Amino acid sequence: MIEILDARKAQVLRTGSDSQALVCDRASVAGSVSQRACVFCGARVVLYPIADALHLVHGPVGCAAYTWDIRGALSSGPELHRLSFSTDLREQDVVHGGERKLERALRELITRYKPNAAFVYATCIAGLIGDDVDAVCRHVAADVGFPVLAVHSAGFGGTKKDGYAAACAALEKIVGSVEAPTAPLSINVLGDFNVAGESWIVKDYYRRMGVNVVACLTGDGRVAEVQRAHTAQLNLVQCSGSMTPLAKRLEERYGTPWKRVSYFGLEDTAAALYEVARFFGGDELLARTAELVRGETEAVLPEIERCRAGLTDRRAAVYVGGAFKAFSLVRALRRLGMVTAVVGSQTGNRDDYEHLRSICDEGTIIVDDTNPLELARFCLEQDVDLLIGGVKERPIAYKLGIAFCDHNHERKRPLAGFVGMGNFCREVYASVLSPVWDLAPARAGRAAARATQ
Amino acid sequence: MKTAGIVERAGRPDFVAIRNACGVCAPLGACLAFRGLEGCVPLVHGSQGCATYMRRYLISHFREPVDVASSSFTEATAIFGGGENLKTALDNVARQYEPRAIGIATSCLAETIGDDVGLYLEQYRRKRVGRSLPEIIHASTPAYAGTQAEGFAAATRAMVARLAEGGAVSDSVNLLPGMISPADLRYLAEIMSDLGLAVTLFPDYSDTLDGASWSEYERVPEGGTPLASVRGMGRSRATIELTHGGAETAGALLETRFRVPRVRLDAPIGVRASDAFFDNLVRLAGGEVAGRHRRERGRLVDALIDGHKYVSGKRALIVADHDLLVGLSTFLDEIGMAPVLCASAARTPALAEALQAAARHSREPVQLMADSDFESVFEAAQPLAPDLVLGSSKAHTVARRLGVPLVRLGFPIHDRFGGQRLLHLGYRGAQQMYDRIVNALLERQQESSPVGFSYQ
Repeated sequence: MIEILDARKAQVLRTGSDSQALVCDRASVAGSVSQRACVFCGARVVLYPIADALHLVHGPVGCAAYTWDIRGALSSGPELHRLSFSTDLREQDVVHGGERKLERALRELITRYKPNAAFVYATCIAGLIGDDVDAVCRHVAADVGFPVLAVHSAGFGGTKKDGYAAACAALEKIVGSVEAPTAPLSINVLGDFNVAGESWIVKDYYRRMGVNVVACLTGDGRVAEVQRAHTAQLNLVQCSGSMTPLAKRLEERYGTPWKRVSYFGLEDTAAALYEVARFFGGDELLARTAELVRGETEAVLPEIERCRAGLTDRRAAVYVGGAFKAFSLVRALRRLGMVTAVVGSQTGNRDDYEHLRSICDEGTIIVDDTNPLELARFCLEQDVDLLIGGVKERPIAYKLGIAFCDHNHERKRPLAGFVGMGNFCREVYASVLSPVWDLAPARAGRAAARATQ
Repeated sequence: MKTAGIVERAGRPDFVAIRNACGVCAPLGACLAFRGLEGCVPLVHGSQGCATYMRRYLISHFREPVDVASSSFTEATAIFGGGENLKTALDNVARQYEPRAIGIATSCLAETIGDDVGLYLEQYRRKRVGRSLPEIIHASTPAYAGTQAEGFAAATRAMVARLAEGGAVSDSVNLLPGMISPADLRYLAEIMSDLGLAVTLFPDYSDTLDGASWSEYERVPEGGTPLASVRGMGRSRATIELTHGGAETAGALLETRFRVPRVRLDAPIGVRASDAFFDNLVRLAGGEVAGRHRRERGRLVDALIDGHKYVSGKRALIVADHDLLVGLSTFLDEIGMAPVLCASAARTPALAEALQAAARHSREPVQLMADSDFESVFEAAQPLAPDLVLGSSKAHTVARRLGVPLVRLGFPIHDRFGGQRLLHLGYRGAQQMYDRIVNALLERQQESSPVGFSYQ
C-alpha cells in the first residue's frame, strides 16, 4: 500500500466520512513530488497567449527552454509568443549582475521583432543577484513608447497562484492605457487561453448572440485588446484561479462587474451564455441565446447519447490545475453517465473544495496538490476506468491500465463549448472502450480483485 | 583531395539573448542519469518548478512515469539556505519511495545561494547513524554551467565517485555510453553478451524509462545498473567511454582513483566508428566479432551502396549535442552527404577538433556553430539551403521554415511516437538511420513531383 506522507494527510478527504475542511493553499511539501510547477509557471501560462508581445525570461536558460511553445494557445495573427527568449544568465552574470545583459537583450529583441509590449519574467536568479528588473524595464519603456513590464516570478516566491497574481498585476498595468468609448453589449472573457482554438468557439457564440467581446484575456491575445479591456461592461472569469485577482481590480478601478463562468460541458456553457443574456436583459437577446443553445445542444446530443451508452457507471478520476475546471468536469462526466470517484487540483482554495464536496457523490476522494504515488493509490483504491489530467498524469494512468483524457495545454482538439463537449465525449469513449485494456496486466489484476469482492 | 575543412562561426552572431534554445539545463541530464542506477529516485534541490518542468520534458519523450522529487524552495529557504528543505525532502522521498538510492542535482538557485550540499548530507547522515539509509549521491549541476549533456556527465561521475570501490581486478568491463536511447542501451548489452564480455553498462535506464505495462504500481520502476555492479566498477579490468564528457568524466575518475585503464572512443555512429568500437571490444574479449554482427555490417555496407545515389551530395543541417553531432556528421561524410552546418548548444572547446572527420570528403566547408540557438541556426542555414535537417523534435520549426524534411534523432522526441526506440549506435543503428534519411529524401522528391512515381 502506498503511504500518504504525514505532512500531506490533511490535504486529502473522502466525502461522506470526513467532515473537516481540506487543507490547501500552501507550499508543496519538500520531497513529495508535487505535480505543480512554480510561480514562474503561473505567470508564464497566463501571459503566454498574448501573441504580439515579447516574452523574455530573465535568468539561466532552463526556464525559457522548458516553456518554449509549451501551450497550444493559438493565434489568428502574429506568433511572437511561440518563440522562447532567455537572457541566458551565466556564471559571470551571477557574479557581476545581469542588468546590462537584460537591457541589451531587450533592445535587440525589440528592434528585431517589433512587439507591442514586452514582458520580462524575473526568475529565481534575477532577484537573488540583485538585478533591478523594474528599473531596466522603465528605462527601456521610456525609449520605445510601449509597455515593458517586469513580471516578478521567482519560482521560490510562492506557488503557481502567486504567478497568476504577478501576471494579473502586469495585465492591470496595460488595461486602460488607451482611451476608447464603451461599446454596447460588451464583455471581456478572462481566463480562456485559446488552447486548440477554444476562445474562437466562445467568441463566436457571443457574436451570434449579438454581444461584443472587447478582449479575451489572454486567448489569441493582442496588446491593443488588453489596453481597451476597461471599456467592456462585464467581465466573465473562466479560469477563476488565475484571473479573479484581475477581475477584482478592474471592478475596483472601473466598477466593472464580474461573473464566474465555465465553457466546459453543455450545462456550464449554456449557463455562461445565459448569464450574459440576463445581465444585459431584453427579450430579443434572451431569445437569440435560447435559440443558439438549443441548436448547438441538439447538434451534439446524439453523439453524447451514443457515447453515454458505453460509459454509464464507469468511474473517473480528475486531477487538473484549477478547481473550477474540476467542477465542470464532474458535471460533464455525470452527463456521460460516469461517476467522479477521485477529484483534485493543484491550486484550489477552501471554498473551491467545499463546493467540490457539495457536488460530488458520497465516497469521492478529494485531494489538493497530490503526487504520482497518491494519485496511483487513489485510482486503484477507487477502481477508476478513466483519468483526466495533463501530460504528467498520463503515464500513471496508462501504466495502471486506465484510460486517459488530456485536458491540459497540449490538447489539439477543443474541449470548450458545445462542440467541445462532443469532442470530450468522443475522446473519453475512444480511450475507455479501447480493446487494448484487455491486454493490460493491471486490468486483469483489478478484474480478478473485483470478482473476489 | 584537399577538403575545405571546418569553419567555426559565432553561435549567436547578432544576439545576446537566446532565441529558442538548442538545449535545456544540466539538472535534467542528471535526472536522466540517476534513473540509470538501480532503485534511484532523482531529487532536484531548487524550486518546485525545476523538477516539474524536467519531469514534463522527460515524460513527453519517454512516455513513462518519471518521478523527480524537489526540495521545493520557499522565500525563506532562498534567504536562509536550503538545508532543512533538503533534509525534509530526503526523509519524505525515503519514506514514500523506499528507494535504494537518491540522486540530488543542484539547481542554479541552490548553487547561487551557495548551499553546501556536502555539509548538509554529512549532517543528515550523522543524525541518522545506525539507521538504514538509501545511498545519497550529489551532483553539482547549475543550469548556467552547461546543458543536459554536462548534467548527465556530472551525475554519472558523482554516482561512480560515491559508489565505486577498489580491490582485486575482476573480469568485468565498464561501458559508459553517455546519453543514448533505451534501444541503444539494449543493443549495446546484446553486443557485449554476444562477445562474451562481462560488462557493467552504466547508467542503464533502458528498463526504468522504457518498461513494460505494470500489473501494479511500481514506486521505483525495476531496472537500472545494479548498485553492486557500480560498486564493482573500481575493480573492472577496463573502461570504455563512448562520450567526450570533458576531462572530468566517470571514466577519468576510475582511471585516476582505481587505475582502471580507459579507452575513450567517439560514439559508435556510422561504419568506421562502429568498426573502431568492435575492434576495441574484440581486443578486450579475445576471439572475434560474432557472425551476426559481421553480417549486420555487411548488410549495412550493401545498403549504403544501394542507396548512395539518393543521398550523394545532399547537404544537411545537424543540430545535436556534442556526441551525437560528432557521430552524425562523420557518418554523413562517410556516405557521401555534406554536413554543411553543424550546430549545438554545446560549448565544449574540443568540438571543432572532434568534427575533423566530418570534413573528409566534402568540397564545401563544414560550418560549426557552438553555443548556438535555433533562431541563429535558422538564419545561418537559410542561405545555405540544406536538403534536410537531422536533429531532435526541437529542430522542427527550423526544418519547417526551411521547407525540408527533419529526420528526428536523439533527445527529445516530443512530436512523434517512439523516441525511446530510436537506434543510433552500431551497424544496426546506422542502418535504421540510413533508411530514414533516404526515405525522407525520397518522400520529399515524390511529394514535390508534379506527376508522382511508383518506382525508385
